[in-house]
Amino acid sequence: MSAAAPIRTKRVLPGFTLSLGTTLLYMTVIVLIPVLALILKGAEIGPARFWAIVSSPRALAAFRLTITAALIATAINAVYGLLMAWVLTRYDFSGKRILDALMDVPFALPTAVAGLSLTALFSANGWFGQVLAPLGISIPYTLLGVAIAMSFTSIPFVVRTVQPVLEDLDPAYEQAARTLGASEFTIFRRVVFPQILPAYLAGCTIALARSLGEFGAIVFIAGNLPLKTEIAALLAFIRLEEYDYQGAAAIALVLLFFALILLLVSNRLQAWALRYKER
Amino acid sequence: MTITITGMSKSFDATQVLRGIDLKVEDGELLALLGPSGSGKTTLLRIIAGLDWPDAGQLVVAGQDWLALPAQKRRIGFVFQQYALFPHMNVRDNIAFGLTVRPRAERPSQAEIDATVDNLLTLLQIDHLAQRFPSQLSGGQRQRVALGRALAIQPSVLLLDEPFGALDAAIRRDLRRWLREVHEKTGSTTIFVTHDQEEAFELADRVVVMGDGEISQIGTADEIYDHPASAFVAQFMGAVIALPVTLRGGRAMAPGLDASALPACTEADGPGTLYLRPDSIMLDPDPASPWAVTRRDSTGTDLRLVLTDPQGAQIDVDLPRRGAPTIALGDRLRLRPLWGAMFSEGAPLAADPIQLSA
Repeated sequence: MSAAAPIRTKRVLPGFTLSLGTTLLYMTVIVLIPVLALILKGAEIGPARFWAIVSSPRALAAFRLTITAALIATAINAVYGLLMAWVLTRYDFSGKRILDALMDVPFALPTAVAGLSLTALFSANGWFGQVLAPLGISIPYTLLGVAIAMSFTSIPFVVRTVQPVLEDLDPAYEQAARTLGASEFTIFRRVVFPQILPAYLAGCTIALARSLGEFGAIVFIAGNLPLKTEIAALLAFIRLEEYDYQGAAAIALVLLFFALILLLVSNRLQAWALRYKER
Repeated sequence: MTITITGMSKSFDATQVLRGIDLKVEDGELLALLGPSGSGKTTLLRIIAGLDWPDAGQLVVAGQDWLALPAQKRRIGFVFQQYALFPHMNVRDNIAFGLTVRPRAERPSQAEIDATVDNLLTLLQIDHLAQRFPSQLSGGQRQRVALGRALAIQPSVLLLDEPFGALDAAIRRDLRRWLREVHEKTGSTTIFVTHDQEEAFELADRVVVMGDGEISQIGTADEIYDHPASAFVAQFMGAVIALPVTLRGGRAMAPGLDASALPACTEADGPGTLYLRPDSIMLDPDPASPWAVTRRDSTGTDLRLVLTDPQGAQIDVDLPRRGAPTIALGDRLRLRPLWGAMFSEGAPLAADPIQLSA
């Protein structure tokens, strides 16, 4: 005889099957199938041709520029975004709410609009350009211009991930550190920062990923000179316009690969930063 | 360290939380600040710690003006109600924190820090927890770590905010005794805040009863219990029954009341109120008494009675069930309180009516 039927434990929250099913379907349609199609498209051409496309001087230059500029942009955002989140949570001043709302402008603004206005500002007769040109600094059509456009569109990711964590941090931790004799800087370094580190890492990673894929804001300020100021996303777009679907897919696949590596590293870092949390 | 507080006031926006506090804490004393929530006791503690600043008044510790010193310079050990252990540091690092953050010139060597932490871990009986993170500890264990962290800097004054508030009854009892022992070993001046009068009385050398931003009474457990200074203090001691009486020659008179067991008071003659605790009233059969039993419940150990008079006034009386006279519903009984506090009509009741929970 068979064993007694196992007892089915009832879930407290109903609708698990339905909600999970819907989520999975949505994920498949929106994320999985496009990614799969991209991979298949890239695979059509075989490894030798794939390698030839992605290691061509023009592609390599584009990747190098994209990654370098994204790293610079993220470094700027890491410093400035943390400062911004700190100011928005720790101080009270008039206009704070306006500043807080302004933080979302890069999210809300069409990236092409951001790109156009940045170009206008930094061009030789623009507001910033007028100041910088006599100093011999030219922002448009350079690596720096690309980095500035990237940092503009990705700054909210850092601020908006760190801000809530900083806000929820129990002030008693800092007060305890103060009674124990720690200076304000030591309190930040040893008590506050370690606790916001997971969110901070997550915010910086998303900002970096966004910068790698940014397109609209950059194409106007970059000048798009092949081998010099042409970013990878634009190169893929150009290939697409030339009906070279496989070439576009190959370049896009490399970007996808970077993004996956990035997320993997970020996850490991966050797990490490949260090692003290009870599972 | 002797702590002298004079004329201290503090408001949060429109709410005045401290109204002219004068208090002297002796060196090595273990003092309790006792009061209901909103009485200002925690604010007073936080001002001593340097986490809040008064609007007026002085705070002098061992001859030094502490209001001119930031919290970092006061060398106080502060134990927070929710402990505020650093979640990303293990127990050892939490306890060592106060030593490791000192400026390099004053910082003890790593070996000295390790030795101090080891001693504290032993004193607090948490050796085996040294490598754990706070999230892996029980409430009682966190409490000990928080105390260890505060003691590590050899504080001039140890301050505890509701130290046992978040713990269950059995652990409280243990930790109380243990805190007393730690206090005796370290000898540091200690102030703790509590709303639990039993806790305050058991643990402290002296108890400061606070109500509505003022000090209602200062004394030892026995002094406060035997001679509550005001109706507020009496109520806070659990005397929730307010019986209208006539005072004559320091004695309380009322129909159905035998107050002969109470010591005479110094209140003026005339109408007054006798405050009683439900568990310190004896009952004697008396057919002439207006009080009749209208409810009788048993908890096994105690009898819970409700007595009602013809006007509809009700009082609760708790008696041990064993050895109590046989009492049935409808019995007429005379009240013979063993403890009570009398105040004449004119005496100030309390600054504000206080909500007392059972």
